[in-house]
Amino acid sequence: MKHLFSCLKRYRKEAILSPLFKLFEACMELLVPLVVAEIVDTGVKTGDRMFIVHAVLLLALFAVLGLGFALTAQFFAAKAAVGTSAELRRELFSKLQSLSYTQIDDMGTSSMLTRMTSDIQQVQNGVNMTLRIFLRSPIIVFGAAGMAFFVDWRAGLVILGLIPLLAAVVYAVMFLCTPRYKAVQEKLDGVYLSTRENLAGARVIRAFRMEEEERAAFCKKSGALEREQVRVGRIAALSGPVTFLLVNLAAVLLIFVGAGRVEIGALGQGDVLALYGYLSIILVELIKLANLIVTMTKAVSCTRRIGAVLDMEGEPSVTAENRALDVKEGDHVRFEHVGFTYAGGGAPALSNVSFTASRGETVGILGGTGSGKSTLVRLVPRFYEATEGHIFLGGTDVSSIPAGELRGRIGYVPQKAVLFRGTIASNLRWGKEDATEEEMLRACEVAQALDVVEAKGGLGGEVAQDGRNLSGGQRQRLTIARALVRDPELLILDDSSSALDYATDARLRNALKGVGCTVLLVSQRVASVMHSDKILVLDEGHVAGMGTHDELMQSCALYREIYHSQTEVRHE
Amino acid sequence: MSKSKIFREIFRYLKPYRTLFAFTVLAAVAVVAGQLLAPFFAGKAIDCLVGAGNIDKSGLTLDLIACAASAAGAVLFQWPMTLASNKIAYGVLSDLRVAAFSKLGKLPLRYIDGRAYGDVSSVIVSDAEQFSDGLILGFNQLFTGVLTILGVLGIMLAIRWEIALVVFCITPVSFFVARFISRSTYKTFKAQTEARADEAAFVDEMLAGLKVVKAFGREEENDAVFREKNEALRRASLRAVFFSSTTNPSTRFVNALVYAAVALVGGFLAISTAGMGAPFTVGNLGTFLSYANQYTKPFNEISEVAAEFQNALACAGRIFALIREEEEPSDEGLPALGRVKGEVRAEDVAFSYDKDRSLIEGFRLGVKAGMRVAIVGPTGCGKTTLVNLLMRFYDVDGGAIYVDGQDIRTVTRASLRENYGMVLQETWLKKGTVRENLMMGRTDCTEEEMVEAAKAAKAHAFIMRLPAGYDTVLGEEGVLSAGQKQLLCIARVMLCRPPMLILDEATSNIDTRTERIVQDAFAALMKGRTCFVVAHRLSTIETSDLILVMKAGKIVEQGTHRELLARGGFYSELYRAQFET
Repeated sequence: MKHLFSCLKRYRKEAILSPLFKLFEACMELLVPLVVAEIVDTGVKTGDRMFIVHAVLLLALFAVLGLGFALTAQFFAAKAAVGTSAELRRELFSKLQSLSYTQIDDMGTSSMLTRMTSDIQQVQNGVNMTLRIFLRSPIIVFGAAGMAFFVDWRAGLVILGLIPLLAAVVYAVMFLCTPRYKAVQEKLDGVYLSTRENLAGARVIRAFRMEEEERAAFCKKSGALEREQVRVGRIAALSGPVTFLLVNLAAVLLIFVGAGRVEIGALGQGDVLALYGYLSIILVELIKLANLIVTMTKAVSCTRRIGAVLDMEGEPSVTAENRALDVKEGDHVRFEHVGFTYAGGGAPALSNVSFTASRGETVGILGGTGSGKSTLVRLVPRFYEATEGHIFLGGTDVSSIPAGELRGRIGYVPQKAVLFRGTIASNLRWGKEDATEEEMLRACEVAQALDVVEAKGGLGGEVAQDGRNLSGGQRQRLTIARALVRDPELLILDDSSSALDYATDARLRNALKGVGCTVLLVSQRVASVMHSDKILVLDEGHVAGMGTHDELMQSCALYREIYHSQTEVRHE
Repeated sequence: MSKSKIFREIFRYLKPYRTLFAFTVLAAVAVVAGQLLAPFFAGKAIDCLVGAGNIDKSGLTLDLIACAASAAGAVLFQWPMTLASNKIAYGVLSDLRVAAFSKLGKLPLRYIDGRAYGDVSSVIVSDAEQFSDGLILGFNQLFTGVLTILGVLGIMLAIRWEIALVVFCITPVSFFVARFISRSTYKTFKAQTEARADEAAFVDEMLAGLKVVKAFGREEENDAVFREKNEALRRASLRAVFFSSTTNPSTRFVNALVYAAVALVGGFLAISTAGMGAPFTVGNLGTFLSYANQYTKPFNEISEVAAEFQNALACAGRIFALIREEEEPSDEGLPALGRVKGEVRAEDVAFSYDKDRSLIEGFRLGVKAGMRVAIVGPTGCGKTTLVNLLMRFYDVDGGAIYVDGQDIRTVTRASLRENYGMVLQETWLKKGTVRENLMMGRTDCTEEEMVEAAKAAKAHAFIMRLPAGYDTVLGEEGVLSAGQKQLLCIARVMLCRPPMLILDEATSNIDTRTERIVQDAFAALMKGRTCFVVAHRLSTIETSDLILVMKAGKIVEQGTHRELLARGGFYSELYRAQFET
């Protein structure tokens, strides 16, 4: 909730003015029964028609003023609600962007999207309704009680006694419903997930003849959701009737008390009518409020969900000072006894990895699936933080370099070739904001992507969302060019030439030699890494061998095995 | 789908709830009666208080008891009524969801392949919900609303037709005001929707590629772009939210005018009828004013329901269209295939996805039991089409495919598919534990069998490294690499030991070393089993008994590696381009 209030603070003026104008409107409304009492006790009793006409004109004036106040209040409420949600969205987006890879893995894209869209929408509705109705209701209720006191204090006591009862009803219903709405939402998410899963996996499900099982599982989930909805409904449906009953019982009591007062001449009939009128106002207001409880409880649970994200730590921020320096001659990248375990436990993905790469060297990293190749290179730009040991880049411990600066020095080509909607140039400029056309073309030349540029009609060629209008190989070459545009001191190729054929792959490696940056090259193909200055062979997180191709052919059984497995068929 | 058809469907789904439905209708009458009688008796009670020393005590007590009883009666029915209508609404909703979901297993894959998953799942989840909210809960509001209006009019007419006439004439104005506002806010809503879609598309793309965003340190640039889009959305929303929120004050204003008019006419009437046989009393005036206060509420609700109605109907149309969609021809009554040896024959097969563009024509194939068939060709050449036909995900348009001499259309699909083990290009795992995923094809296998299969597929070692081993829950993003997912899919098939295998680029995400180990395991599994492999890898292709070469959806050549090379056709061209460096 604190995040919501800090966002709302920026709209303090609106958030105060809106209820204030609501108060004015409420005053207009609260004066009405008094005027009616006068109509009865003075106008009707004395038969003075002109008095009635004047009184009614006064009522009309109240109505016009009330409309003006209400519209003003609505405007400020809308401004505060819309502004707050915009502010909240901006903060949330920034926060999501600051999450670490581990947190991104943990949260998942679709739940991030839900927070950004429907959750925030609910919060906006909640804020708007709170300013418009939630605050208006107490004003009206207490105002009506106050006016009743003004008419007759005994009658006022009846209404005053009613208020805590009504508040208890509203609060109890909200208190009981909030956690249950959360449960409903979770069950709904589950139903949605099942549906998507069954669409995406239609072939596998049919191949394994799981249609009936899936149907039964869905039936269960749908039924559980239904039961949960009915359960919440049972409680939520109580607020309206109970309020109605309480108010009417209060009316009975009020008229009864009023009767005694009229009997002794302390009150007129019109006064009793006015008191009854106040109760009627309270009733209408509370029924509106009861209908609002659903919106409010939803908004509260959404605010909590958003708050949980905003409370996340994000990546640890490192300041430029306190750099841990340990320069060793000729080293550019140095791993010292590095180990890493993914959050959530399990066996370490990497343990005790040590190696060095000199400036301009290419280090090939080879290993089987799950051997930790990709994990290893992702530790350098601190996508994941090494849990043991140290990594140095140019003599500085990477954990003491601010993430932005560190990543700015590295060109990273991910396993999955992700491009963004726009043009080829706009994608390449991700690498370097102010890259010239020449720089971009040079990067494309090295990345063997000039033909892609040509095929798309130049650097201005369109790239669809997710790069859907490009083939896998084309996307991959553009992502390599994107990393090269910034002229990085270290280039990381995270198994990113898998969609390239051998010939293009070879040309790419040759071209990279001319660039002069240090390269960490992850691959599953011996052919891609065999010409590297140094090859690191990983096996289930351990270094199984290190050296040049020739050295490893001599010393490393695993390397020999991989080499033969990939080449022998052709030699048959 | 026409409206009358939609309504027929709706009634069909409501039928099981007809008792509950009848109850809600009757209860609504009781509720409205109670709600309207309470102020009526309160008014009568006030009439008993004429002045000092002039109070009709017995009348007062009676009226107050009647008032309390009416209120209690209304409440007594209102709660069960709401529960009943909730039960109907959520029940129908769940029935619809399940009906639509069950359909997914029976629709031809053509339907699923032709649509975005998001579209179909939003029909099943959100459209169903909007329909039930809008039409069923809406009906409840509409019905009580109409009853209230009629009841109030009735009572008012019974007391004093002159004032009833005044109320009757002015109130509909609020209805028109609400209509007018909702029409004129349409434009602002449209602008808001566009701004929201624009922002959502940006957010969607950037969050999906968040890891790359961070790798390139684009957070600040993104923040700047987002800020701009967010500001545009804020402006558009402000307009839409404000204009739509003018409805309530406006109708309240009309309401206040009604109130004033009732006070005026009522006051005059009270004066002119004073001392007459049937005077218009102060209590009557109180009753009227109380009604006037509550009278516009049902009008507001009705206009809300009416606005929702079109949308709800459109949602219902989409769900019923899905539920009524034509299913795959039923294979009920057909014999099961039984366990086959694995001889596959295709004769004169013709097939196309689009009736206007022929794809496969006159395709012949003869595969003996235990042969390994490689399907090769450039990306997008339509290799999965063959898989679709073999597994009968799609039916052939002409000719026939035989397994062990049986036309596959003369046996049940389930029994055909049981004979195949399949690992597709897109690895698919369901949300659930590793164990659940592995045991998909054989829910009855033992723990030992499962572990053995996982070991054979080289998946056991990494599964044990997962936080909870075989009980680790795999989420949507998951911690598994593409290769690991594929190993799980392979283990899943290993467990089934089917006589025929279809491997759709099954091992493309696994490094060659692991692939080799896995293929050793497969080789053992494939002994005496027929195997179709969609593959790019040279090692797989060269050792196959038969190679099918595909290009642009068509099968252009078939033969062994040597035969095809000797022929010097498309295959040899492909071979040179792809594998010789």
